[in-house]
Amino acid sequence: MRHTLSILVADQPGELSRIVGLFSSRGFNIETIAVGKTLDPQWSLVTIVTRGDDRTIEQIVKQCQRLARVREVQDVTTRPHIEREMALIDVDAPPGAGRQEVLSLLSVFRGKVVDISHTRMIVEASGNKEKVEAIIELLRPIGIRSVTRTGCIAINRLSATDATDATDAPLEDTEQHVLAFTKNE
Amino acid sequence: MLTQQQTTVAKPESAVPSMNDEHWPRGAEVLVRALVHEGVKDIFGYPGGAVLHIYDELWRARELLTHYLVRHEQGAVHAADGYARATGKVGVALVTSGPGATNAVTGIATAYMDSIPLVVITGQVPTTMIGTDAFQEVDTVGITRPCVKHNYLVREVCDLAAVVHEAFHLARSGRPGPVVIDIPKDVTAARCSYSRLDHISFPCREEKAAPNPRATQRVVEAILRSERPVLYVGGGIVTSGAGDELQGFAEALQLPVTPTLMGLGGFPSAHPLCLGMLGMHGTYTANMAIAESDLLIAVGVRFDDRVTGKLATFAPHARIVHIDIDPANIGKNRVADLSLVADARVALGAMLAEVELRKNEELEASRARRIAWWDVLRGWQLEQPLRFSGAHDEIKPQNVIRELHQLTGGEAIITTDVGQHQMWAAQFYPFNRARQWITSGGLGTMGFGLPAALGAQLAFRDQLVVAVVGDGGFQMTNQELSTAVQYDLPIKILILNNGYLGMVRQWQEMFYERTYSEVDISVAPDFVKLAEAYGAGGFRATRPDELRTVLSAALNYKGVAVIDVVISKEENVFPIVPSGGNSRDMIVHEERMKDEG
Repeated sequence: MRHTLSILVADQPGELSRIVGLFSSRGFNIETIAVGKTLDPQWSLVTIVTRGDDRTIEQIVKQCQRLARVREVQDVTTRPHIEREMALIDVDAPPGAGRQEVLSLLSVFRGKVVDISHTRMIVEASGNKEKVEAIIELLRPIGIRSVTRTGCIAINRLSATDATDATDAPLEDTEQHVLAFTKNE
Repeated sequence: MLTQQQTTVAKPESAVPSMNDEHWPRGAEVLVRALVHEGVKDIFGYPGGAVLHIYDELWRARELLTHYLVRHEQGAVHAADGYARATGKVGVALVTSGPGATNAVTGIATAYMDSIPLVVITGQVPTTMIGTDAFQEVDTVGITRPCVKHNYLVREVCDLAAVVHEAFHLARSGRPGPVVIDIPKDVTAARCSYSRLDHISFPCREEKAAPNPRATQRVVEAILRSERPVLYVGGGIVTSGAGDELQGFAEALQLPVTPTLMGLGGFPSAHPLCLGMLGMHGTYTANMAIAESDLLIAVGVRFDDRVTGKLATFAPHARIVHIDIDPANIGKNRVADLSLVADARVALGAMLAEVELRKNEELEASRARRIAWWDVLRGWQLEQPLRFSGAHDEIKPQNVIRELHQLTGGEAIITTDVGQHQMWAAQFYPFNRARQWITSGGLGTMGFGLPAALGAQLAFRDQLVVAVVGDGGFQMTNQELSTAVQYDLPIKILILNNGYLGMVRQWQEMFYERTYSEVDISVAPDFVKLAEAYGAGGFRATRPDELRTVLSAALNYKGVAVIDVVISKEENVFPIVPSGGNSRDMIVHEERMKDEG
């Protein structure tokens, strides 16, 4: 199953490679990765989309939590959440019908034109993975010159952040000690 | 923050100037003072260009901190590791940049796999030259990243003291491990004030917290109800010093105990509840107990493949209780039905307290439930004890270990390399106290025994320390004989010499139709003369009738001694569970192998 993990890590040289190295050395897969600053300049948020069964995801979370400079790891996917990625697409848009076609597709997907020449446009599309991929597929027959895509970023919905922590609920016949998931609090 | 305050280096008046000295110390002095404040007395190392400032400072501070000069950086880290395993304290090694650091990597990885607390300080080229492929430059932090608990590249001298203190904290807290501090040469020359109270900016998890009381209760109830329980205990028992709690708990409920290779000594081998080691070369009883168990209580272990064999058929009838300080160990290889994330000592203490709350009748009934189980276990012990075939004309390695056990009264600290000799030592030297057995379990590092013995001997000057090694591993690090002689560390090196890379040969015999590919190392130096060349005593035994006399003379030798014991060439380690098998595939002794072969 596809999971999106938010990893809060100290904004220091080498910390990202520690996380990425952990994924490769333990054979975990990284589908996308995005890194950005947080409100506190000392910490960065790394968002990684990965795949695996429940046990694998549990291992990934726990192994990330072992890193000395990782403060918190959250599996955003366990609760209602919003995911976004963005693509910049350089697409053929000859004057006339072709250009109209691109513009009407863009309006369906609420995309934007960010640059234009006589024959081409650069369009910006954002949304979840499926939406970004759908617009790329629809533009492909018109003629895409190049695409650059970001990794996925995610945040839990307001309704989810009020709910009790999912890891608190004891699994049947299993007592996963909650302490294990509350590193550095 | 000021760095490079002064360009000229003013010599401090004493080894450690007072805090109100008007000159700030250099980075090298800050490092040494931080080490002293961490209680470090002994440090193993090897100098080089990038650590010249540090060595200059070490000379000045030699009254506070003793440096032991090894002959290869791998030896420095293994010696620090042996010191840490023998004492439970953090071991410290110091090496230079580039090749110094790469030579140290095997030692670091060895400590990482066995969760041994180390601080390894590596020199680095000056910050201005990092990334330029400078002389003796290597990305130490990058190379060591997968085999350390944490590592640092210190770019500013003002960070140095806090880094050192945090490194020690990380190395020994929670599940211990090695921490590397990479220090560029200019940082050791730059000046900065030093105060002990530099705060640790990233607090770590509180590892001694008591386990969840409700979970503890459920664990104890599961154990009370069990009919065929087994306590499977490992290195976590030794690390946490849980011996008393473990023994108390096992005795209260009459639970059979089987230690892993790393757990040997954590529970007395001579104790009637002890089934002996489990795993690939474990006892028949221990492995059969696992196969038949209905409840496996795993404490301070990680379900390593050398213990479990084929995971899917390991303890097939058992529910699993897993207790470990590292949450990532739980569920990694085998899903646990119940688990406690806690220090082994704290957890077993809480479990014992829970047992003591129970009524006597309940405990009585619980123990009675396991009488039949003990009958089965005792039956296996009688039927299939550890054994080997005798011989009159050649020395049996198992006998060498038994003699060693008798002559040392079972009290020696034993270190080993990796291979057949390691397994024979594990099987035939009953360890009765923790930290008496020092071996590379996880990484399986040949050449570990001799340098590790140096560290153990240094920690316990008045105890007998014996490195049991093979003729293969010994030749990987035998240059450290010089270190032993130089510092008068009277270790005894017992070589079980069969002229083969014995464990590989055994596998080739058993699983590759006796194709002995590249395992013959009978072209070797004369180990007695080699010992003498290094200034150590050299002894040799080739016949069974002289074994005891030679061994006894060597153990009583006042100084470093090498004992070359020529053993039967093609002796095999039994029992053996073939790799990827389980208890049912166990080959118990030579005859059965021949019957089936």
